[in-house]
Amino acid sequence: MATATAPPVMVERLPRSRSLSPFSWDRVTPILMIAPSVVLIAIFVYGFIGRTAYTSLTAWRGVVPDYTFVGLRNYIRLFGTEKFQADIVNTIHFTAFFLAGCLILGLGAAVLLDQKLRGSIFFQNVFMFPLAISFIVTGTVWRWIFNPSYGLNVLFHNLHLDFLQSGWLTKPSSALNSLTIAAVWQMSGFCMAMFLAGLRGIPEELREAAAVDGATEFQIFRHVVFPLLRPITLSAVIILGHISLKIFDLVFVMTFGGPGYATDMPGLNMFITTFRQDLFARGAAIATVLLLMVALLIVPYLIWNLRGETER
Amino acid sequence: MGNERWSRRQFVGRAGKTAGGVVLGLGLADLLAACGASTGTTAASGTGNLEIFSWWTAGGEADGLKEMFGIYSKKYPSVKIINAAVAGGAGTNAKAVLKTRMEGGKPPDSFQVHAGQELISTWVKADKMEPLTSVWNSEGWDSTIPKDLKDIVSSNGQVWSVPVNVHRGNALWYNKKLLDQNNLTAPTTMDEFLSQLGKLKTKVPAPLALGSQGNWQVQMLLENNILAAGGPDFYKKVFSGQASFTDANVKQALSWIKSMLNYVNSDHPTLGWDDADKRLIAGSSVFNIMGDWAKGYFTANNWVANTDFGAAPSPGTTGKYVIVCDTFGLPKGAADRDNAVAWLKVCGSEEGQAAFNPKKGSIPARTDVPASIFDPIAQQFIAEFKTDALVPSSAHGSATPDAFASGVNDEMGQFVINKDVDKTASNLQKLSDEFLKA
Repeated sequence: MATATAPPVMVERLPRSRSLSPFSWDRVTPILMIAPSVVLIAIFVYGFIGRTAYTSLTAWRGVVPDYTFVGLRNYIRLFGTEKFQADIVNTIHFTAFFLAGCLILGLGAAVLLDQKLRGSIFFQNVFMFPLAISFIVTGTVWRWIFNPSYGLNVLFHNLHLDFLQSGWLTKPSSALNSLTIAAVWQMSGFCMAMFLAGLRGIPEELREAAAVDGATEFQIFRHVVFPLLRPITLSAVIILGHISLKIFDLVFVMTFGGPGYATDMPGLNMFITTFRQDLFARGAAIATVLLLMVALLIVPYLIWNLRGETER
Repeated sequence: MGNERWSRRQFVGRAGKTAGGVVLGLGLADLLAACGASTGTTAASGTGNLEIFSWWTAGGEADGLKEMFGIYSKKYPSVKIINAAVAGGAGTNAKAVLKTRMEGGKPPDSFQVHAGQELISTWVKADKMEPLTSVWNSEGWDSTIPKDLKDIVSSNGQVWSVPVNVHRGNALWYNKKLLDQNNLTAPTTMDEFLSQLGKLKTKVPAPLALGSQGNWQVQMLLENNILAAGGPDFYKKVFSGQASFTDANVKQALSWIKSMLNYVNSDHPTLGWDDADKRLIAGSSVFNIMGDWAKGYFTANNWVANTDFGAAPSPGTTGKYVIVCDTFGLPKGAADRDNAVAWLKVCGSEEGQAAFNPKKGSIPARTDVPASIFDPIAQQFIAEFKTDALVPSSAHGSATPDAFASGVNDEMGQFVINKDVDKTASNLQKLSDEFLKA
């Protein structure tokens, strides 16, 4: 990282400071360089996480802070609400389908584009474009597309494909899947870019060697290409996974959690609980649960990553 | 690799910001509030600034506010008015901004707030408001503003805010031509209403228009129906935690909603209230139950009152008036306190209310403003406002704290799907136990 690199002047001084003094410049400088960001992160990231966790154990309700300690009462009440139970189920459902959709479409598109056919650069850009749009815009557009009276349904009707018509966002049974479609549309281009980079990074010799050994095109893909894509896949799962667990903007615009609790998510619930209901302690409890959920996904990855770095 | 590292950082950063930012932000605000209070100065009336905070940023609302500013400027020409309005329907964004300003010790000189619990359960309880009883008495508002309304803006024997306007929550709107064609007149009882819907369904597939995006429209149906089933006394008791939501009256109200849902458009979860009124104009529905802001939508679309559309109290609530009322209050530590008091007097004056309300589409909170300057439907409502029993709306924050209203909102979203009267009633009672008994 840029801040950690010592300026050239220091390099010139290196021979002189070879002494074992603990306060030599080449030891102090990096620490001084990193210190501001360490302090800021300590306060504004970890400090606030701690403060939130603490708040979730208090009785703060209403506009005046109340730090009476109540233990896990907020959590017990939170998990007792039908809404939060629905949130958990929805998040798992959404994450599973969102990840599957993005990975399958992304990999498929990447494999096709990797054939270096004519116009692949064009399509590469087309698939990437949705990524440049914010979830707010995507959500608004897809809400129109899914509107039963002037969106997709009208198109299907005009094409005499009436059997494809659906209630989309209006029916509790289909709303979450409709939301997933919009999210997949937005993020599968990102997956494609990652997979494409991965595919391009596989040395041609490996494929050729496999071909010489008599492997079919499918076998090469299954036994050579696919295993080499594993690190990329894992990275994609981590990045998309934490986006989907924390999803807020898309839901806020498309459904606001409705109909009923059909598309409600912990992020939206936390916002409403904290800022509409003024239940600050309970909102902090939701934030803490959300953090733990994301940690469950990220921490194993970090450990795996760290182990890889030390082995290298 | 760089990409992944960034996203990891981003993840931790975001988690901290969303959750911790809230908490520390308010802690810091507390500290500032303490500093702010000690340095607060008051300017003499007639000079300095006047900062008015509201969510009136568009259309008739903003025009009405400007009219009141005009009246104030005529009286106090050397006071500079600062219009601190924050856009966003029903003030959801404005309330968040107000929270940071109040906690930060930099309150506006006066701010818009719905009458009742929206102010009393928050800032009055937090001891951040000045009582306005002396202003109320010196202006003699007891004789011009109904006592029911004074009760809504009062607690512990003190008045906390000045009502500017009154909207009606329990109104039934109808496409007059369609109703006439079917030889029907506006229903007064719920039975009559449901039987009319049954008759109309053979000609119009969805005779009752509903836009339930956000669920608060269904919450309004609930409170209107509770009023119809139990009357004003029961209504006030149940929304103050003194009567149970498992009572037969509430169950009756819920069953009525359930019956109504047989006659509504199926795409209602994606429609807003105005989309529902659009169905009336298009002739694809006959009725809509909505607050009297619907009138503004109809007239903006060149519909003429009592020719194209008509209004009546929502079924079963004749003689009862659900109040959605905007008021202004006086926060402690206002920088220009005397100017703010002068502003509140304009808000409560006949001149101010006569200028504001025709533009806003509401009726005056005072009963002595001449009705002749209003449209025919407002005239009808003004007459009823004088004699009707007045009750505060829960859906719009007057009767109950936000925590309760927001919970009911969720519950009604569930009810629309599962239509389970008993379960919903007992869930509502759980919310009452948690938030109305405190």
